[in-house]
Amino acid sequence: MILGPSNVAGKIETSFLIITAACVVLLVAVTITMLVFIYKYNRRRNPVPEDIEENLPLEVAWTVLPTLLVLGMFYFGWVDFDYIRNPPKDAMPIDVIARQWSWTFKYQDGRQTDTLRVPVGRPVKLVMTSEDVIHSLFIPAYRIKEDCVPGLKTHLWFNADQTGTFDIFCTEYCGLEHSHMRAKLIAMPATDFAAWYKTKEEAEGTNKGLELLRTKGCLGCHTTDGTRKVGPTFKGLYGSNVTVVTNGKERTTAANEDYIERSVRNPGADVVKGYPNIMPKIPVTDEELKEILEYLETLK
Amino acid sequence: MESTASECESFYHEKGKYKGILSWLMSTDHKRIGIQYLVALLTFFSVGVMLGLLIRLSLIAPGTFIGQETYNRVFSVHGIIMIFLFIIPGVPVAFGNFFLPIMIGARDVAFPRLNRFTWWTYLAGATLVALSLFAAGGAPDTGWTFYAPYSIRAKANITLAVTGVFVLGFSSILTGINFVTTIHRLRAPGMTWFKLPLFVWTLYATGWVQLLATPVLAITLVFIILGRVFGVGFFDPSKGGDPILYEHLFWTYSHPAVYIMVLPAMGIISEVIPVFARKKIFGYKAVALSAIGIASVGYFVWGHHMFTSGMSDTARIIFSFITFLVAVPSGIKIFNWVSTLYKGSIVGSAPIYFALTFIFLFSIGGLTGLIIGSLEPNLQLHGTYFIVAHFHYVMFGGAGFAILTALHYWFPKMFGRMYPERPAKIGWFILFIGFNVLYFSMFILGYEGMPRRYFDYPARYFPLHLVSTIGSWILAAGLAIIAGNLLRALFKGPKAPADPWGGRTLEWTIPSPPPAENFVETPVIRD
Repeated sequence: MILGPSNVAGKIETSFLIITAACVVLLVAVTITMLVFIYKYNRRRNPVPEDIEENLPLEVAWTVLPTLLVLGMFYFGWVDFDYIRNPPKDAMPIDVIARQWSWTFKYQDGRQTDTLRVPVGRPVKLVMTSEDVIHSLFIPAYRIKEDCVPGLKTHLWFNADQTGTFDIFCTEYCGLEHSHMRAKLIAMPATDFAAWYKTKEEAEGTNKGLELLRTKGCLGCHTTDGTRKVGPTFKGLYGSNVTVVTNGKERTTAANEDYIERSVRNPGADVVKGYPNIMPKIPVTDEELKEILEYLETLK
Repeated sequence: MESTASECESFYHEKGKYKGILSWLMSTDHKRIGIQYLVALLTFFSVGVMLGLLIRLSLIAPGTFIGQETYNRVFSVHGIIMIFLFIIPGVPVAFGNFFLPIMIGARDVAFPRLNRFTWWTYLAGATLVALSLFAAGGAPDTGWTFYAPYSIRAKANITLAVTGVFVLGFSSILTGINFVTTIHRLRAPGMTWFKLPLFVWTLYATGWVQLLATPVLAITLVFIILGRVFGVGFFDPSKGGDPILYEHLFWTYSHPAVYIMVLPAMGIISEVIPVFARKKIFGYKAVALSAIGIASVGYFVWGHHMFTSGMSDTARIIFSFITFLVAVPSGIKIFNWVSTLYKGSIVGSAPIYFALTFIFLFSIGGLTGLIIGSLEPNLQLHGTYFIVAHFHYVMFGGAGFAILTALHYWFPKMFGRMYPERPAKIGWFILFIGFNVLYFSMFILGYEGMPRRYFDYPARYFPLHLVSTIGSWILAAGLAIIAGNLLRALFKGPKAPADPWGGRTLEWTIPSPPPAENFVETPVIRD
């Protein structure tokens, strides 16, 4: 029995190895037979061919045996599938919201993060959906993935067995920044998790505006340190002059509160020159916008 | 029957009312049409290869050579060209057109003018796809699968590209109708079903798949166009639509399409191996009927493309089960090909090098298909480089190598010239090495979790990406040698005899290249 960093990883790995081993045996058998025939029945060694057209028992044998073999492979692919797909009733639910191009993880108490933190030793159920196009949440270390589909709730579940930080990838092509739509899964000791879960946002030492930018997925495309991503950086934005394209015409405008509000509420109205017009409308309340503006003001 | 000189002149000799280029473009001769398709296919293949090389180049240093947006367009266009313009029409339109009538002792296909129209339809579809690359909105960036709702929202020229693929679909349907009718109606006296060459059997099975599956693609693409142009929400959940419906409809066609690509390829291998082993094929009926078996069961396995889509678990289990069953007839074919070598007297000419390589590479492609067709491993491997490796082994290692086999096998018949063996084998060897370096490293990348369609990736995947890219250069060198050798032979090769290989099918009984109407007298097939 192979163990992995989670309860499902080892089961999937076992199934993979059994089926792959069967495939390797078949491939080696066919290839060696072929090579032996090519060597032995070469024109130089065997100038006169013998015509053998049919051999019914042999053909029945190599129809029936492979059928049994592939059914065996099907079985080993299936044996733990029901377990892997059906979360226990007491699993801790975490909502996953995917959007171009960021992940939001929402806990039962309404807390939102961009990093998936889970306790070791407790089953976790991810209830997933998407706000725009199809995405897919893939945890390579746990060997599981499932699509996040707009208008549909899909699920995954696992029980972390080891602590550690693991990659989360998007594996359904979702447009421009698909390859950067990554996040981290942190499996923490149960006590650490409980401590983290109890502390509220303030205690994290982060700014509320920054936290909003993170959970709304803004930081998927905009940075706070001056580097260029899909969208312009937030650093030094507030109060600067930006060149934008409005209705196909270039103009320069001051990046004041009105401008930023318009850019959030109606992203296609003014598009910063040199950047693609791809920002989605993300719902932001007035209070949230205020927090964000306050934070942006500090990013000189 | 008297035979005059003009009746024996090759089909390259101009007669009729058109001269020069028009004598090709307006010809209804299945051989001329086949040659035109071949030229178009190889042109698109070359473009596709260039794009593939560009993808690999970009991946060893993301952002250095092309940007993220360009990368997404390049892999999408690589897929669209290779799938819809090269490998789906592929074997049937080029080699099927040229050889199907000859192999069954007919003078042409059942509907020669429809065949002409089909070629124009193909060209129209290809033109639309080409336009979508250069028109204002930018080349498609959706991947070749056009998954909704991304394809509904994307700003690139999706509508144009999808219309192009829609038109190409009609070309495919019409080819299917033409071939199925030809095989039913135009067989020479004595050419009973179980005397048909195996290549014809696979074209027959393929014809039915083209006929029955392609309309589903057409409908699906119309839905995409309606969604984009008129805002109809078939696949948009905010309007009551369902994105997973798109996946079902798309794969209902696109999985059988895999058999459109691979079945006739298997037909070519079934022709070539017996000729060079100097034997009849082992288990003719099993090979013929397994083609029909694959074509029929192949309709019911599309769901294995959707194991992680959110589809119900019950559906996943059923689709996985049927997927394993469809592997059996493919396995039977492989066993029969290998057994044909037994007690043969194998001549080591270039075509059999490619044919035997097909068996090896296609076996890897097929067997890894079982791994990803299994429910549990699929959870890990779906959407990763493992899938990319798998389908390149099936498409390129399978269908692609079959086309190379066919080119080397039928080159003397099609062009009336021989090519030198040595460069063909050197090219084969380099191609074989490059192919495996390029694509096998992708199996490992995928197992380690590298997602497909990624412009950028974590640094731990770099070494294998580098290996894979070096493989792509070796592969390109091999292809260049093979292409150079054949192109040179086209102009400078010595004249080919009627039957350079000792073939037993009807095309080898007539001159190389064949006369305009193939047979002076309709052949009568006896035992």
